[in-house]
Amino acid sequence: MKFSGIINGGASGWSQNDGPQHDIVISSRVRLARNIQKFPFPGWAKKADRVATLEKTKPAVEALPEMDDAFSENLQDLNVLEKQVLVERHLISREHAAKGVGSAVVMNRQQTLSIMLNEEDHLRMQAIRSGFRLRDAFALLDKADSALEKALDFAYDPRLGYLTACPTNVGTGMRASAMLHLPALVLKEEINKVIQAVNKIGLAVRGLYGEGTEAMGNLFQISNQTTLGQKEEDIIGNLSKVVEKIISHERNAREVLLEQKPATLFDQIGRAYGILTNAHSMTGKEALNLLSLIRLGVDLGFFPTECLQAVDELCTEVQQAHLQKAGAQKLGAEERDLLRADVVREKLKRCPSPDLAKVKARRAANENGSGESAADDAGK
Amino acid sequence: MSENLKIVCDNCKQKPAEVFYSQIAEGKLLKVNLCKECSKEKGVEDPTGFALAELLQGMGENVEVSPVTGAGKAAGVGGGSSGGGEREETTSLKCPVCGFAQSDFKKTGRLGCSECYTTFAENLAPLLKQMHKGTSHSGKVPARQRRQQEMTGRMNLLRQDLVKAVRAENYEDAASLRDQIRLLEGQFDN
Repeated sequence: MKFSGIINGGASGWSQNDGPQHDIVISSRVRLARNIQKFPFPGWAKKADRVATLEKTKPAVEALPEMDDAFSENLQDLNVLEKQVLVERHLISREHAAKGVGSAVVMNRQQTLSIMLNEEDHLRMQAIRSGFRLRDAFALLDKADSALEKALDFAYDPRLGYLTACPTNVGTGMRASAMLHLPALVLKEEINKVIQAVNKIGLAVRGLYGEGTEAMGNLFQISNQTTLGQKEEDIIGNLSKVVEKIISHERNAREVLLEQKPATLFDQIGRAYGILTNAHSMTGKEALNLLSLIRLGVDLGFFPTECLQAVDELCTEVQQAHLQKAGAQKLGAEERDLLRADVVREKLKRCPSPDLAKVKARRAANENGSGESAADDAGK
Repeated sequence: MSENLKIVCDNCKQKPAEVFYSQIAEGKLLKVNLCKECSKEKGVEDPTGFALAELLQGMGENVEVSPVTGAGKAAGVGGGSSGGGEREETTSLKCPVCGFAQSDFKKTGRLGCSECYTTFAENLAPLLKQMHKGTSHSGKVPARQRRQQEMTGRMNLLRQDLVKAVRAENYEDAASLRDQIRLLEGQFDN
């Protein structure tokens, strides 16, 4: 498969908004770190060593049944823009995008399985699914891993498990994470409490692009911190439990906001819609932050549900490299901001103005119907 | 967005904290809240992930077993190595497979190859204990290793039985057990 297949394929496999609880869980990701026994890790290896490792790992990865008609490229054969597009789609890491000769990426057609070769470890395998599907993502990855271990001699120690370049990944070599959209917890200023609670139980909270990145668009990544001493299933089980709790907090916060501060909420969402549909210059951060409010508006019934897809597509399309690609030429920051605003206005034509009457009607219906059970849920 | 960040940076005690790190180490919770600048300065954003331990309890001293006492303080990238004459690093361990030295780990926070885990086992043990929930792997085992572990287990049982049989002067069983052990040893070599 060629790069154009990825960029022009419309919504990538994992970002189609079809997963469970997709209104809050944008995506579920699991990655495994694996290395070849006795070969120096990529960070310590000389270029010749890295190339030699790649000659072992790349054919093995390409031979996976899942990688039939895969996208497979050496990093030096991708230009900066192409690499950035892959980063924006969470298919490779920012660190990997900086690599050249001796590193490669192989991903399946659906863009659900992506394997970075010679990133920090010889293999960094990632499965990504839309919505809350950590177990599905792990199952896909586990299968690929079991197939690969027949062809490759993975570094493994009976006591320490899978051996990785960084001791923080040793053991399972696994990091599972969920990308959560938590606008109501942010609006209610409860997000810091949540982050602290999550940290307290040994999980990490990060921004949009992982370590050290800012939380934009009310998006937060929650992942396990430790990899040694727990089974893969238990790590995923624990993380899932926490994510479920956060989902219910977010839902609760949305209800409470609507109940206690409807005017503020209507105002915020209406303003976001006003700016997005009328602005002619917009930074990426502003776009993501405002789109987050539209997304919340869809969930609360201000906009028809079809708008969700437009919003989710925009969240990817407004990012730098995707815009550049669409613009087909190199753009300066100001030109990008103009183009971004154009793209947003055009796409949001599909999305009518927020409709307060519908929200009120829906709430009235809810109160007559399932008001009590909602209160029960909140009490849990 | 969230403007009410009331938590103050643990380091400079002035700016609001924006980076919240916590880690369970030896059953204790370590927590640190830092502002952006301090988190950069302290390298908390560094993906090595154990900068926290370093920050809070001077990982350098904890891990460094070699006699380079002063260097432990100079944690951080490119720190230490005053360069003055013979450094004691020469006495420190080097991985026989990839040539990685302990001082390299201090610089990068990464190891050189899978064999480094054996070479530096002693130094890594306390570090791993700090970083993780447990000290031994309980997750997936590659099929190849699983077979080997099973064979080792069977071999141990056969050997125990052999000892029992010999003690009981049950030579017929002992001979059969010996044959089975030889057969298994043959499989091991493959």
